[in-house]
Amino acid sequence: MKILNVIPPASVQQFFERITQFLGYDFIPGTVLSVLIPIGFIAIYALLAVYVERKVSAFIQDRVGPIEVGPYGLLQTIADITKLLTKEDIVPKNADKVLFTAGPIVIFSAVFAGWAALPFSPAFLGSAVTVGVFYIMAIVSIDVVGVLMAGWGQNNKYALYGAIRAVAQIISYEIPAGLAILTAVVASGSLNLQEISYQQGILSKEPIYLFGIKALGDVRHIGGIITWNILQSPILILAYVIYFIASLAECNRAPFDIPEGESELVAGFHVEYGGFKFAVVFLAEYAMMFIVGTIAAVMFLGGWNTILPNIGPVKLADWTTGPIWGAFWILSKTLFAIFVHIWIRWTLPRLRADQLMNLCWKVLTPAAFICLIVATLWKMLSL
Amino acid sequence: MLSTFLFWFLSVIAIAAAIGTITARNPVFSALSLVLNFFALAGLYLTLQAEFIAVIQVIVYAGAIMVLFLFVIMLLNLGSDSKDAIASKLQMGLAIIAGGGFVLMMTRIFMIQLEPNKKQSVLMNGKVEKIGEWLLKDYVFPFEIISVILLASLVGAILIAKKYKAH
Repeated sequence: MKILNVIPPASVQQFFERITQFLGYDFIPGTVLSVLIPIGFIAIYALLAVYVERKVSAFIQDRVGPIEVGPYGLLQTIADITKLLTKEDIVPKNADKVLFTAGPIVIFSAVFAGWAALPFSPAFLGSAVTVGVFYIMAIVSIDVVGVLMAGWGQNNKYALYGAIRAVAQIISYEIPAGLAILTAVVASGSLNLQEISYQQGILSKEPIYLFGIKALGDVRHIGGIITWNILQSPILILAYVIYFIASLAECNRAPFDIPEGESELVAGFHVEYGGFKFAVVFLAEYAMMFIVGTIAAVMFLGGWNTILPNIGPVKLADWTTGPIWGAFWILSKTLFAIFVHIWIRWTLPRLRADQLMNLCWKVLTPAAFICLIVATLWKMLSL
Repeated sequence: MLSTFLFWFLSVIAIAAAIGTITARNPVFSALSLVLNFFALAGLYLTLQAEFIAVIQVIVYAGAIMVLFLFVIMLLNLGSDSKDAIASKLQMGLAIIAGGGFVLMMTRIFMIQLEPNKKQSVLMNGKVEKIGEWLLKDYVFPFEIISVILLASLVGAILIAKKYKAH
């Protein structure tokens, strides 16, 4: 076996070439970059999102929020992160050492693995897996196993109650969320996120009908908001609302934050965590918000397609479509969804555990089933 | 190279996790090993290009069924099995029958020799469109029977869990 030569490589490129030869596969550029780009992105995005969260909460509560560190308090999160990372790593004496450490790793890896299939622009996609949306739902649901490991491993009753509440909540809300996504899948006829994105704009190869009604004619040349999935079938607007509510619950965000309700469970399933491990759990929550925001954007809000339609000679949609514009649009849609998440968190009171389950099983799940049936019939009848 | 490495890597994990599942004293570790085993199996399906089966493996077994197992184990707070359990004669007899059946099944599986073109068709059958077509066209009757059986067990579970008021 020809293992890497002992002679030091002359250039970086030669170094990569040797490793590539060794693995027999374009391993380094593709695999390593598609890991490094999202992980760097998550870190920067989480820094900003925490800052926005604090500022928005401050404005909603008529305070000023962080102002001391840096201009407008912009460096506050960096100071917080430095504090977290330099803290002593404490493992409680009675905790299960293995599960205590493995919990945050599983939580973050599960959420991070979901990033592999997010379509960021017509030109950038980690993995073109054919069952993309399904893959993300599956891998992100493993996050629950990590929550259980962390909650049980801490050997603390608040943590265990928090974990059990989290699991009961997340697996319940996956059902309406999955059905709402399925409704969009029925409307677009594909599980591949990139393909679904292509079908919602001027780059589509197939004709697009407003509300799926053929009489209104092909609107593909107009593009913009008119070609988004949410307007391709009338029921998809309801499906989007269901998905949005369910995704709030999946992220453990208020008003569905009973797993970590401060007044009841101190901090819920991560009560014993501090320092780096807490930072990882925290990062996973923000990465999860980004994933559900992107899925909502791709399945319902046109993915990386522009919001601006072509109006006669003013070809706004043509001008604002392309790889860079794509990344801009999908990021703005996702970040807007995250902003709404934050807004809701600081506006609405927390639901009680039984109210939460009532809402999921008696309202959202039947409504999602109705959405699925209506969308299927609509698609069959308009063919 | 990479696929061979992945195959051995995932196989070792799957077997080690399977052994961990039956030897762990603590039910939580046992269930977590089973999750790991399902994961490694899903990875093996992926190396065979069966994306849909792999995702189903994760979402149904690792994500739903095992989470419920863990949930119940943690809710009931089952302790470790400290006593050395001694199997009764009936259990030993049943274990021998089950083990013999497993050996027979494995020899039968190892005897199957797939022709190259058949391998290709097996690969194609992992595609989600193909599976959907099969379930709703060729195998629609068994598929519906399974759904009725599942419904019956669901109704049974609700009946058992429901508390009746004394008349």
